[in-house]
Amino acid sequence: MPTTYEPIATHTTSGTVSNYTFSSIPSTYTDVIMVIADLGSDTSYKINVNGDTGTNYSSTFVYGDGSSAASGRGSNVSAAPTVGRRPGNSILQFQNYANTTTYKTFISRGNASNHLVISTVSLWRSTAAINSITVTPETGSFGSGVTFTLYGVKSA
Amino acid sequence: MPNTFIKIASVTVGSGGASSIDFTSIPSTYTDLQILISSRSSFSTGNAWAGLKIRFNSSTSGYTDRAVAANGSSAFSFSDTYGGSFGFIGDVTMGSNTANTFGNTSIYCPSYAGSQNKSYSSDSVQENNATLAQSDLVAGLLSNTSAITSINLTLNTGNFVQYSTATLYGIKNS
Repeated sequence: MPTTYEPIATHTTSGTVSNYTFSSIPSTYTDVIMVIADLGSDTSYKINVNGDTGTNYSSTFVYGDGSSAASGRGSNVSAAPTVGRRPGNSILQFQNYANTTTYKTFISRGNASNHLVISTVSLWRSTAAINSITVTPETGSFGSGVTFTLYGVKSA
Repeated sequence: MPNTFIKIASVTVGSGGASSIDFTSIPSTYTDLQILISSRSSFSTGNAWAGLKIRFNSSTSGYTDRAVAANGSSAFSFSDTYGGSFGFIGDVTMGSNTANTFGNTSIYCPSYAGSQNKSYSSDSVQENNATLAQSDLVAGLLSNTSAITSINLTLNTGNFVQYSTATLYGIKNS
């Protein structure tokens, strides 16, 4: 029976770090999924791919804060903004991440039950295969006990 | 090679329906849980939708949730739907909606066996071939540090009808 859904790497922080990077991501999967469990102070994350800090990112998001729903976007920015949310959990899905033909898109859900729920679609304007993903809090740092896990999903 | 995404249990509602769907004796050997649900409520008054609720470990308090929803006419947000006694999951199809149509729900619970409060993410759609049909994105939290060993799913109106299904999967990060 083929193994379709595999853990690639996991890490739980033991102290304060400014960001976290999954590096050397193999190109042998079809999609990768990142799960972040983080009960730190309220903020969203930003994503950089392959260490690229050029203005090659854009995002569109919809969110609800318990009172109202709203949408927004950012374009030509140096990191994919407003991805995920804490305190709570975030799930990011990078489909077809290893192809070298198309720009890379990814979707994310951020779940902070005491503040807001958010869904974001992001674009990295590069045809390079994704081999590293860096997650940085929009404000503050990652504290101790934050878990990052990357799964690979194969289509065949 | 690790076996990462494993079915723990599955429930299919039989004839006569069911007031709840329950998963018990959930092992602590996985990292995250995912529940995939196809459901319909027997309630048939009005052309609205039925709310889907969750309880972990029979806890009757400590739930908070925040949702953004859309119904084809407007988008809106709300919170703490059940006053802390249940977690809100989303809205599903009910008896007065399009026949043979079931709502679709996906719930993700990371680090369910850890020692921190338990957060969850839920995406749910009602679907209904009519003017209005609702979809929800939900962020939820149970402020309780106990490992999750049981899950109880109920509806705020009516019972689960026959052919409603729920499957619990365990996901390992190593």
